[in-house]
Amino acid sequence: MIRFLIKGLLRDRSRSLFPTLTVIAGTTLTVVMYSWIRGTEADIIRANANFNTGHVRVMTRAYTAEVDRTPNDLALLGAGELRGELEQRFPNFDWVSRIRFGGLLDIPDADGETRAQAPVTGLAIALLDESSIEREILNLDNALVRGRLPSAPGEIVVSDELSTRLELELGETATLISSTMYGSMATTNFTVVGTVEFGVTALDRGAILADLEDVRFALDMDDAAGEILGFLESGIYDEARTSAAADEFNAWIGDGGDEFAPVMGNLRRQSGLATTLDLAGAVSLALITIFVVVMSIVLWNAGLIGALRRYGEMGLRLALGEPKGHIYRALILESVTIGLLGSVIGTGIGIACAWYLQEKGVNIEPFLKNASMMIFNVMRARVTTTSLFIGFVPGMLATILGTSISGLGIYRRQTSQLTKELEA
Amino acid sequence: MKHRWWLVVALGWAMAASGAAPDGDAILAAVDRNIGSDTKVSTARMVIEGRRGSRTVLFKSWIRGMDESSTEYLDPPRERGVKMLKLGDQLWAYYPATDRTIKISGHMLRQSVMGSDLSYEDLMEDPLLSGLYDPEVEGEDVVLERPCWVLHLTAKRDDLAYDSRKLWVDKERLVILREHRFAKSGKLLKTTDVMEVAEIDGRWIGKSVEFKDALKSGGGTRFVIDTIEFDAVIPEHMFTKAVLRK
Repeated sequence: MIRFLIKGLLRDRSRSLFPTLTVIAGTTLTVVMYSWIRGTEADIIRANANFNTGHVRVMTRAYTAEVDRTPNDLALLGAGELRGELEQRFPNFDWVSRIRFGGLLDIPDADGETRAQAPVTGLAIALLDESSIEREILNLDNALVRGRLPSAPGEIVVSDELSTRLELELGETATLISSTMYGSMATTNFTVVGTVEFGVTALDRGAILADLEDVRFALDMDDAAGEILGFLESGIYDEARTSAAADEFNAWIGDGGDEFAPVMGNLRRQSGLATTLDLAGAVSLALITIFVVVMSIVLWNAGLIGALRRYGEMGLRLALGEPKGHIYRALILESVTIGLLGSVIGTGIGIACAWYLQEKGVNIEPFLKNASMMIFNVMRARVTTTSLFIGFVPGMLATILGTSISGLGIYRRQTSQLTKELEA
Repeated sequence: MKHRWWLVVALGWAMAASGAAPDGDAILAAVDRNIGSDTKVSTARMVIEGRRGSRTVLFKSWIRGMDESSTEYLDPPRERGVKMLKLGDQLWAYYPATDRTIKISGHMLRQSVMGSDLSYEDLMEDPLLSGLYDPEVEGEDVVLERPCWVLHLTAKRDDLAYDSRKLWVDKERLVILREHRFAKSGKLLKTTDVMEVAEIDGRWIGKSVEFKDALKSGGGTRFVIDTIEFDAVIPEHMFTKAVLRK
């Protein structure tokens, strides 16, 4: 029976070509769009986790309330002890202390006068601690453009764009002008030993990377840290686990009203990502729903056109005594065949396109000139197991649904009128 | 002492001339004359009440006229040796730890001085307000049990740090006892409250003054003058860039 139907479909292309092409196009589009949204979502999470919030982040309540201005005067004190407690209580996380700071990078000339100056965004991490996971998290070895990473106190790396703007040579002294934890102006000399490019515009505009202990000394932040970040050992953000960890920590600390008490939040609860992530999920769902509905309408329409064109054929089959149910089931089987063929080809093309976008990506840097959000300049799709059936299932469903609706016309044919219809 | 009485007489004459209604220009001019002196050497402290506690910064200042000053920070140890030099509309800071002299300009002027409620912009401001603002007498009030004129000042130019100010001026001593500084939008930016006045060499000065940055959540900064010498002899080199690295 199936072989018979396939032969019919192949021999009468007008019966199969348009619906198959429609299913291929819809399935391809769904697979590519789904993979793109998943990839974008994963990139946003990764960029924010690595450069900003971690999977979970511990700060003081006061710091959390004003986190956008990086208020180091409200930083965590006794950060070493707190980090130790976090390591004990949450061993499934890797914990790192960081200090963010802003200021000016001033390049002196031979007389010690300002030769060049630019505002910078600083990140202090455990650069000199070989056991730290920071190098891996920030992908520093790959981010290095010139020179080397700091290997001794007093050394920093700066973003490549910043070094070009300041006409900085490696080995030159740069003075960081910033504020101490207590608000005094602080100046510290560093040696620039390398330049980096993270592929995140918000950082590459004017970032400097310094060792945590150097910055603690420079900003009078002895044993303090702006934030302590936790990364799940798997390296993959897990909403449920991070949320549970944050709840457990906050319950343990309690709400004593101390504005300098530490508080933990997970990535989703911070940095305004909840809306973005919810939006990505909603867009995925909307995309698939729209695809199924639109495809169903298109295929229903195609079925109706086909039914009109095959009006005589259906009538003849009915006149020959073929039951209406049998014809209807045959049409459904035809649509299953078309759906299967279209969905397989569409999924294949979609996966190929998504794979290309995963490997090559799309450079959106021109749109990120003033962006402050942590987002990679090259956005990539992400092919997942779901990509294999996200287009396939709706492709099949839409075809069957479309045929099911248009095929109902068979039941409206009056057997008594068939001879008249065929004569006409 | 003669100096103060001259001011009061001048102000009285101005008021009498205008039918006893006080004239804002005359009051502000008298306040400015009270501030003025050729040279001053003072040691002072800033008690900065932050959200996490207080810290005290000690410093010594050499001031000549209205637009030349040199300051050296004496304590705490981390700030010791930091120097600042103001010459006209230019300001430099010297940091011994890096042996760098930094010219403070642009947006850096808005930064806090040593974490206090004062900004570098406040330091750079011409203390003689009569040239910068148009005064108007709003009424009378009592501050520190002293009768005061309440003046509303409107900036004459657009480039001033504060678009308007409200001053409470001691009627007799011509000392500003309270001040509110506002942005163009009318938002209150800073408040100043004199906690203690003292008469030194015939002029009244605010000896202990509390500054509060209304946009900061700390407890304010108390500025206390420990010693002050008017018309002191100050070596010329104190007002050259050479003094910074000395």
